[in-house]
Amino acid sequence: MTHERHLLAILLENEAGALSRVVGLFAQRNYNIETLTVAPTEDTTLSRVTLTTSGDPSKVEQITKHLNRLIEVVKVIDLTEGDHIEREVMLAKVSAVGPERPEVKRTCDIFRGQIVDVSSDTYTIQLVGTTEKLDAFIRALAAGTILEVVRSGVSGIGRGGDKILSL
Amino acid sequence: MSERLSGGEMLVRALQDEGVDYVFGYPGGAALHIYDAIFKQQRLEHILVRHEQAATHMADGYARSTGRPGVVLVTSGPGATNAITGIATAYMDSIPIVVISAQVPNEFIGTDAFQETDMVGVSRPVVKHSYMVKSAADIPHIVKEAFYIASSGRPGPVVIDVPKDTTDPNELFDYEYPATVALRSYSPAVRGHAGQTKKAVAALLDAKKPVIYAGGGVIQGEGTGLLTDLAKRLGYPVTNTLMGLGCFPGSDEQFLGMLGMHGTFEANMAMHHADLIFAVGARFDDRVTNNPSLFAPEAKIIHLDIDPASISKIVNADIPIVGPAVQVLGEMHRLINAALASKPDRIDSQALAAWWQRIRRWREEHGLDHDQRHRAGGNGSLLPQQVVQAMYRASGGDAFVTSDVGQHQMFAAQYFKFDAPRRWINSGGLGTMGFGLPAAMGVQFAHPNATVACVTGEGSFMMNMQELSTCMQYALPIKIVNLNNQALGMVKQWQDMQYGGRHSHSTYRDALPDFKALCESFGHIAYRVDALDELDAVMADVFGPKHKDDLVFVDAHIDPEEHVYPMAIKGGAMKDMVLARQPGENDIREDV
Ligand SMILES: Cc1ncc(C[n+]2csc(CCOP(=O)(O)OP(=O)(O)O)c2C)c(N)n1
Ligand SMILES: [Mg+2]
Repeated sequence: MTHERHLLAILLENEAGALSRVVGLFAQRNYNIETLTVAPTEDTTLSRVTLTTSGDPSKVEQITKHLNRLIEVVKVIDLTEGDHIEREVMLAKVSAVGPERPEVKRTCDIFRGQIVDVSSDTYTIQLVGTTEKLDAFIRALAAGTILEVVRSGVSGIGRGGDKILSL
Repeated sequence: MSERLSGGEMLVRALQDEGVDYVFGYPGGAALHIYDAIFKQQRLEHILVRHEQAATHMADGYARSTGRPGVVLVTSGPGATNAITGIATAYMDSIPIVVISAQVPNEFIGTDAFQETDMVGVSRPVVKHSYMVKSAADIPHIVKEAFYIASSGRPGPVVIDVPKDTTDPNELFDYEYPATVALRSYSPAVRGHAGQTKKAVAALLDAKKPVIYAGGGVIQGEGTGLLTDLAKRLGYPVTNTLMGLGCFPGSDEQFLGMLGMHGTFEANMAMHHADLIFAVGARFDDRVTNNPSLFAPEAKIIHLDIDPASISKIVNADIPIVGPAVQVLGEMHRLINAALASKPDRIDSQALAAWWQRIRRWREEHGLDHDQRHRAGGNGSLLPQQVVQAMYRASGGDAFVTSDVGQHQMFAAQYFKFDAPRRWINSGGLGTMGFGLPAAMGVQFAHPNATVACVTGEGSFMMNMQELSTCMQYALPIKIVNLNNQALGMVKQWQDMQYGGRHSHSTYRDALPDFKALCESFGHIAYRVDALDELDAVMADVFGPKHKDDLVFVDAHIDPEEHVYPMAIKGGAMKDMVLARQPGENDIREDV
């Protein structure tokens, strides 16, 4: 059995309790959530969730069916079934003292990160990209330099002109 | 034309406008504004129960027997949590009920106020949907949506949590009941895929060893008549799930009986050896399939269900069809008639005859009654199967029968023949002991002139026997048949078969009440039966004109050693069943 990663885009009514039903479903059915992002869309009556999970295709199909069964879920798409773009934002607080300070700056530039806050012995770096790129950045920094990391989780959208609601 | 009503009045008015005739409930502080609104009207009748769990089972029995949603009203906190078991029971069997739970006032929510429970949160995994009323003005459209969601698509329970301030008698609102519901995110399938339906018909007509496997969805979807016609037209064998009993006439030659863990030998053998299984409104429950990887190795599977999430969940469907039973079965029926009209020998009748011959042999060898034949001339004690058969004879089969959970439930399912849908009412999915009596009460309210019987076990009965008081208050003439084996029989059976006969906490012989005296103390009629030769006379009394208006309890003391057979062998295929207990050993049949 293949345990692939799947990226689900979920449109749901922007109502109190709707998100807890989505999250509750995963716990209840023994499915895992790896990352989760949520915010209202251009239509403020709708929220959009991007959720990564893993499992064999039949399991992910079951998840999708169960999500569709929730009354407040308007649309569910498995973005990994087609061409799509995914991005994650990371803020990393990194130790930057002595000779390490310019080295950290150089690594940050190579990954097209931005230094968004500075202290006498740290940089806080903002980095946007795919999960793999963010992981690679963490690996590229010398061991022990990372003090704190926060990642947004993945947001995803399909490529091309089609809108999720018309799919 | 709108009127000015308070939130509590709007709630009651909306229920009236929804056509609700009974509300099963129990009052408490947070619900008192609503209760006052109920007091001031006559159109709907509130039934005062003795425990909120029973209220949910009554609403459930009402719904199962009529197809219309049952309605429950409970107070906050313990009232709400007591209702959870009944909500979960309805959820597992896809039964439409609407549960109104009162809640502490909005301003107290989240403060651990007296009798505050997060009902929406607690019930979330066991509801189809739930609402929390934020403002009284939302009550009419929430009630409208709740009934629509509960009863459409794959039905299920809906909870409406109503904070006390939204029912304040001093705040008035314009009331108008919405005529329609518009939910962009909810649109149950209205028709099955035409191409899939055609494919399914071709596969059905090509089959040489077909079985129609029909479940509760056929009853819920009002597809009983169509399914019966279709099966008759084809001449194919039909088996029903525990939930589906009555969706094909139980006394018909083509009926193989129930399938699954305690299904008939012929039904399980036919499923295992079939080359085509037409599953309709059934969900390949683990109590049916046994080990899914060994399930029906030769069979092509057509699976018709209203709920896409039920298809290919456990067993992969070769031809899945998502749609309402009535529409798809109607279309299949039309296509079959057309095919047979243009080509009368389209079905391989020789193969079908050979298949029937095999099925008949299975039936003759090990069909029901096997156990009684095996035990004839035994110790003379009353057998549970004989009690159910006596009930069937005395009632002429013309009764609603509810049951609890345990051996008695299986004996009732096996030996009572249901020729019509909505007559057999039991908790299949959750297996809730304590369901039988309150469910029977809900049925009796819905069908005041019908015979309503409850087959129970002394263990299950004691879980909701306080409702004997409610039966007294409302003069419900239910016939309760207690298959008293002085034990948690089903548990004890498993312990006999899998735990070397160590009866860990499954017996309580010396601590049982005198059920006859108990029932009489509530003003009801009661009999005790110990021997076969008294049985028919008692049943004739119970189901005859003599006690037409009485609640009658029959305490039938049955052989406590009796087991339910067949019983699926754990981890095996459907063909693997234990068929009978031999002295000191089990007769395990591997194959035929
Ligand atoms: C509420 C609840 N608790 C526990 C069980 C587990 N259980 C299933 S059958 C059974 C025994 C039922 O005893 P009784 O009602 O006397 O029926 P019998 O099997 O003896 O016919 C038990 C404890 C259950 N189904 N429901
Ligand atoms: Mg018992």
